[in-house]
Amino acid sequence: MNSNSSVTDLCSTCNYFATCVYRQEREGPIQFCEMFVEVVEKHKEGYGGLIAILEEIQSKYGYLPQAALRTVAEKTGRSLVDIYGVATFYRLFSLEPRGKHLVSVCKGTACHVRGGPTIAEEFETQLGIGAGQTTSDRKFTLTTVNCLGACALGPVVVVDGHYYSNVKKSEVKGIISRSDVEEERYVIPADEQTFPLEVSCPRCNHSLMDKEHLLDNAPAIRVTISFDGHHGWLRLSSLYGSYNIESEYKLPHDRIVNFFCPHCHAELVGGSKCPECSAAMVPMIVRGGGIIQICSRRGCRGHMLDLNGVNV
Amino acid sequence: MVTLTINGVEVTVEDGTTVLEAARFLGFPIPTLCHMEGLSPYGACRLCVVEIGQEPKSRLVTSCTYRAEEGLIVRTASSQVMKARMMILELLLASCPQSKVIQDLASKFQVRQQRFRQEHEDCILCGLCVRMCEEQMMAKAIGFRGRGEKRSIGTPFDIRSEQCRLCGGCMYVCPACQLRCTYAEPDKAICGGCANIHPPCYIKEQFDDMMCYMDPCVACEIIKK
Ligand code: SF4
Ligand code: FES
Ligand code: FES
Repeated sequence: MNSNSSVTDLCSTCNYFATCVYRQEREGPIQFCEMFVEVVEKHKEGYGGLIAILEEIQSKYGYLPQAALRTVAEKTGRSLVDIYGVATFYRLFSLEPRGKHLVSVCKGTACHVRGGPTIAEEFETQLGIGAGQTTSDRKFTLTTVNCLGACALGPVVVVDGHYYSNVKKSEVKGIISRSDVEEERYVIPADEQTFPLEVSCPRCNHSLMDKEHLLDNAPAIRVTISFDGHHGWLRLSSLYGSYNIESEYKLPHDRIVNFFCPHCHAELVGGSKCPECSAAMVPMIVRGGGIIQICSRRGCRGHMLDLNGVNV
Repeated sequence: MVTLTINGVEVTVEDGTTVLEAARFLGFPIPTLCHMEGLSPYGACRLCVVEIGQEPKSRLVTSCTYRAEEGLIVRTASSQVMKARMMILELLLASCPQSKVIQDLASKFQVRQQRFRQEHEDCILCGLCVRMCEEQMMAKAIGFRGRGEKRSIGTPFDIRSEQCRLCGGCMYVCPACQLRCTYAEPDKAICGGCANIHPPCYIKEQFDDMMCYMDPCVACEIIKK
């Protein structure tokens, strides 16, 4: 964000000018955009919709603006007190504007013993802010979290949904500058490179490779899935760039399915959302360090690959 | 109808009656703090604990939220109950020593010591005011915010709520600040609570912190002039 421009002339709620569709379609300054009104309409029914509404608003604005909460109250007929209570209860939600990049340092038990607090401190000194704060140029927000579900890789740092594993104090500076300069560095165009990946469960670290079954002439990745009351296996091609799958049940297009580790039966979920369709991402550990995340929606090709120190 | 035994006395009550109501019907006193007739039971203060079941399998439950069951055996003043109750009072006293309501309860139950660090909290999170505002005043102007040690009661965004009608119901029920706002009429104040807390209510900039959602507080305005 350009802090020199007079912020009041522009839409004051959205952190991400580049992605604001309302800006692109309009002339002149925008005081406030109505994007969240659509969001409310979408989830209006049912009490459980509240968190979904707040999540979506937050993912668009980076935080929950006061005016948005008031509109949610008005549109859903829920009292502002309840909405505010929910918004302040979950750590996921922020009522303060957040920086462009969200840095979450894990201070969970496993990461703690592997030096998570030192990493958190290093981020604090490098960014010059405390945990929970945002830099004055609105570029970074630093938070600490209690377990990201990838304990085997600790200490873990997540920047904008990208996982950094086994982070060392000396790497902190690099992580910061990298996320600042090139956001898209790790996204490899699928048609340019294909190579097989060997993956394991982020919880139990057990390999997910199925040597008996080949897909694209490489051992397949085997997971358990569940959707619509069905429960069965799914094999994914381990070739990066290939989207071939085999499954016990036919997967309807666009269906979001839940992924489980066939060994420890833990659900494979991280916190990140698919950059393409905003369904939940499914994280898996890549042998040799790093994390691959794939979209849980059938047919969506969203994925993110973070490899440790490997130049891809 | 269900029949239960309280302190050895059998009583038959309607389905859905709480143990507290049944015990009070028989005349057994059970102290309460977060319970108020006309408001839904909440079970926040734990002061109303009673022992249910037979030893050694007996356990403590909050009588204000526990519904009477067929054949239930309740003891309202066993040594286990008294011990728990005194500890709860001691803890309440530590968090809010300036409250007249808590002081009175503590002295009534022979709490003679207070071994914890005093916190001088403005609020014990009993939720009476929240329920009062919602259930009796139909306003829903205040509610719980945050969680864990950051949990607090107040209006959304800490600004004057449009729903609030300044009825004062929240201040009326509050055990922590009930008497604070009588400061303008010190004769009427029994404990002079607001004058004794430090710093006194009326020199605080934020009355919000004082659990006084009437902004501006009438009493405090008088003092300031
Ligand atoms: S004074 Fe306002 S906040 Fe308090 S109970 Fe009445 S309406 Fe609710
Ligand atoms: S403790 Fe850090 S990911 Fe589990
Ligand atoms: S009166 Fe039962 S818990 Fe407070």
